[in-house]
Amino acid sequence: MSLLDYFRTSKVGSASVAKERLQILVAHERSSRNQPSYLPQLQKELLEVIQKYINVGQDAISVSFEQDENQETLELNIVLPEINTKNT
Amino acid sequence: MARIIVVTSGKGGVGKTTTSAAIAMGLAKKGHKTAVIDFDVGLRNLDLIMGCERRVVYDFVNVINGEATLNQALIRDKNCNLLYILPASQTRDKDALSQEGVGKVLDELKKDFKYIVCDSPAGIEKGAHLAMYFADDAFVVTNPEVSSVRDSDRMLGILASKSRRAVDNEEPIKEYLLLTRYSPERVKLGEMLSVDDVQDILSLHLLGVIPESKSVLNASNSGTPVILDEKSDAGQAYADIVARYLGENRPHRFIDDKKGFFRNLFGSK
Repeated sequence: MSLLDYFRTSKVGSASVAKERLQILVAHERSSRNQPSYLPQLQKELLEVIQKYINVGQDAISVSFEQDENQETLELNIVLPEINTKNT
Repeated sequence: MARIIVVTSGKGGVGKTTTSAAIAMGLAKKGHKTAVIDFDVGLRNLDLIMGCERRVVYDFVNVINGEATLNQALIRDKNCNLLYILPASQTRDKDALSQEGVGKVLDELKKDFKYIVCDSPAGIEKGAHLAMYFADDAFVVTNPEVSSVRDSDRMLGILASKSRRAVDNEEPIKEYLLLTRYSPERVKLGEMLSVDDVQDILSLHLLGVIPESKSVLNASNSGTPVILDEKSDAGQAYADIVARYLGENRPHRFIDDKKGFFRNLFGSK
């Protein structure tokens, strides 16, 4: 570090980027760590059932599992397509 | 009552063996009979760091298989007569360690030793699993660097779910953070994650910070744990860590940039 650097100390270092990336990643990995192991299979089977009736893609369904002190929540979210419902 | 300490990290090359050697020596120097075990089967190196590589006759796997007694395999350290090393085997058989075998050896060691330090291999395979499985305390060695922090967090998840204490629903393993290869100058420049950054992410009790130091390579070159280099910053940092672990209250050092204004002004090496 030299004399010149003293006038450039306001520049943002890469450490803050590292911290931000890590916080997001670690939060994501922790949430999936606590999920029950049947979750991916459940998601796949639910999707198959829904696809029998509605034309939805792979990304249309999201299953999330949350746990706090006294309850466990299984949240299922399906995004329906705008018009093209399959009427049989 | 004996305590089993695992030195772990997930990521390789962060300083697990250096730390295992240093803290085992530190605990023994404080008057506690200590054994340090190398769990890195096939890639043993603790013997080299401890300077006893030419005295290895029997190893951990020989003891598990009943080919040698524990007393035959334990190597007494040349610098401290309360410290013993149990080297890993150089076999390529990755199933050489079994949970039952490791448990038996640890039970036998617990009768005679106050502290048993388990030097974990990198990764999350069998050796790493067995090194942490029986632990009471975990020293999580982390570098202030993204991949190391991520792997440490992964390791914490494994400690909390796969260890014996977790499986048996006992009081969880006590987890401590050891931040190694820390460079206060680079933190000050915003180029390196700070102690606070890493603690924000991992939320662990900080046992100590080991500064990036030439003395670590010097120590491994000569096969003497760096804690014996009492003049070096890394040696002192490890001595602090051992003291804190044993309950002494020592303020943290080596976190702030010590270099003076003038040294910064005119450039440093």
